[in-house]
Amino acid sequence: MTSSILFNITTFIYLGSMFLFFIFMFSKTKISGSAGIAAAAAGLIVQSAAIILRWKESYDMGFGHAPLSNLYESVVFFAWTIVLIYIYLDFRYRYRVIGAFVMPFALLAMAWAQLGLNDGIQPLVPALQSDWLLYHVITCFLGYAAFAVACGISIMYLIKASSEAEGEKGAGSGLLSMFPPVRVLDDLNYRAIMIGFPLLTLGIITGAVWANYAWGTYWSWDPKETWSLIVWFIYAAFLHARITKGWVGKRAAWLSIIGFAATIFCYLGVNLLLSGLHSYGGGK
Amino acid sequence: MTSKQNDFTLKLWNFFCSLKLTLFLLISLAVISIIGTVVPQGIPPVEYLEQISPVKQKLYENLGLFDMYHSWWFVLMLSLLTLNLICCSIKRLPYIWKIIRNPVLVLDRALEHSMAVKKSFKVYGNPADMRDKAAAFLKAEFAEPVVTEVDGVWHLFAQKHPWSRLSVYFVHLSVIVIFAGAIIGSLFGFKGFVNISEGDSASKITTQSGKEIELGFSVRCDQFTLTNYPTGAPKEFKSILTVLENGKPVQDYLHARVIVNEPLTYKGVTFYQASYGNGGNYFFRYADLEGKNIKEISVPADSEATLPDGSTMHLLEAVPDLSPYEKELSGPAARLEIHPPSGPAKIIIAYGNYPELNLREARDAKNDYVIHYRGIEEKLYTGLQVAKDPGVWVVWAGCLMMVAGIYVAFFMSHRRVWVRIEKGSVTMGGNSNKNQGAFSQKFDFLAESLEKEISREKK
Repeated sequence: MTSSILFNITTFIYLGSMFLFFIFMFSKTKISGSAGIAAAAAGLIVQSAAIILRWKESYDMGFGHAPLSNLYESVVFFAWTIVLIYIYLDFRYRYRVIGAFVMPFALLAMAWAQLGLNDGIQPLVPALQSDWLLYHVITCFLGYAAFAVACGISIMYLIKASSEAEGEKGAGSGLLSMFPPVRVLDDLNYRAIMIGFPLLTLGIITGAVWANYAWGTYWSWDPKETWSLIVWFIYAAFLHARITKGWVGKRAAWLSIIGFAATIFCYLGVNLLLSGLHSYGGGK
Repeated sequence: MTSKQNDFTLKLWNFFCSLKLTLFLLISLAVISIIGTVVPQGIPPVEYLEQISPVKQKLYENLGLFDMYHSWWFVLMLSLLTLNLICCSIKRLPYIWKIIRNPVLVLDRALEHSMAVKKSFKVYGNPADMRDKAAAFLKAEFAEPVVTEVDGVWHLFAQKHPWSRLSVYFVHLSVIVIFAGAIIGSLFGFKGFVNISEGDSASKITTQSGKEIELGFSVRCDQFTLTNYPTGAPKEFKSILTVLENGKPVQDYLHARVIVNEPLTYKGVTFYQASYGNGGNYFFRYADLEGKNIKEISVPADSEATLPDGSTMHLLEAVPDLSPYEKELSGPAARLEIHPPSGPAKIIIAYGNYPELNLREARDAKNDYVIHYRGIEEKLYTGLQVAKDPGVWVVWAGCLMMVAGIYVAFFMSHRRVWVRIEKGSVTMGGNSNKNQGAFSQKFDFLAESLEKEISREKK
């Protein structure tokens, strides 16, 4: 058994989980929702095993390091953190249908990693040989994942809110009756960002501490650093918007979606389109 | 007149206290920060300048786009944000302070009406007994209450984490502390660069703006080593450094190891492994066209040599093997720039294995001498980033404050419970400034338990 096979199995389990959530949304049979979350949890366990196995494989090759060092490994880890945060929120608040809007993100990440990215295990270049790699990547990606979940919830909010605006009958019956009330979605959006924002803050700070060890400067306005700050500004705006009249609800949902778009650009766009200190994240 | 002035001051004050300004500034900062991730910062590379028109280049320079994060308008935005958060905090702090320091101790009808959660139940017995039981119960299960008596009615007030209300202002303060650290660093610190060849020492460094800074001590590079993985990818860049005071090695700083991610700090100045290169001599043989009057010439990597005819010569680049660049050729070669005593500069190539090509180069350049390439003396230099930043600990303190503040702001709430004990009835009310859902569960539990506690004792 290799980690690569386990990652493939994980991808298929996430696919299954997503379909079970879709079935749950359309058929409203409780059991398919339970099956969906069970599949997501099973996928998370298989993926955890795969990540640990890949870690071990890198040691067998003679240059052991945590599997968080290139684009493939980060995309896989991103999928893992999304499912982890989603399962945590489901455990806390039990709104199962959210899975139908969150699992696609995890599936997309896994499918892209498995089909489109180079999965070779490479030794670490000198700049990455630091314990801060672990702290920095874990905090950043848990933050990104919470923002992904918040984005999924915000999309649900906008769908539900616009159908409620159209008329009462749409909200009461059909697909949307499975959605939590808008008030709850708004609250869940906030709660997901409440998890993500402190983690992003920690991610930026651990990155700054690391940069100070490696390059002697904690902040150099490198595109990656700047984009992480842009994301931080957007979610800081989101948090302040909640206590401002006229900014709750739809505008907050849009801020959350824009925030996640900026997050994705910070993560992928900067590495693939712009140049800078984080170039090792872009190599194929 | 004065009222008009007051009116204006008030308007200005309210403007700087407004959350709408906060949102505007945060979103604007997010949007304009994008510019500097697209337009290269610092000294723009030639390839980039060739892409844009001279007019555009002039415009970008005037707007400060090549150093936008230090431009007056970006710093102004950050200053406005700072002013905004200071004003917001000043405006709201006294009110919050009053809530914390002078809580309402008595649960009167009006307060009861405003409670988020409340409960009342009938009881039989002596109010004073029940007061003691309720006080003991709250102390055990929630927090120690303050007991007040008003006209024979007992009021108990208990609260948890009132200071958590200050966390938001603590986060705001942390932003200011981080800015202060950054300002201290830019006023009293420096960042620069130094290359030291193996065996040499350096006592001054060069900043990015080209200014030289005396360190007050010197640093010797004893050795530089580069290790590769079997794949050819770099594994380790390592410098062995010795700090010298008045030419003598400093204890504990003799043969200190510096690798990427493991810098060396001495007297507040930190040395970071950043790059490396060859700083040794390049050797050439000089001869006339007949191959006579041979002279050996060595050219230092970062300097020039004088030829017998008075020309100066320096190295542009050198390769150990030509074959990747020229199919039919192999062996070492060097590209040289020669400045004759009069006339324009000439660029020639000197080969190691091809004397006939060297002769052709001489003829093409109309030189009356031939230059042969003999090889190099391997003498690596280490490239060190050098920084002194007395503000960095202030920045870390600010970061720590921010993380602690955000944690408390998000995950702790100020919870308050009031109990009113009258003859025949007990009334409870409570609220929380955050996470009302979790609080109402806790409140229900408290209310049920208190009712049981009081009724059980009664029997």
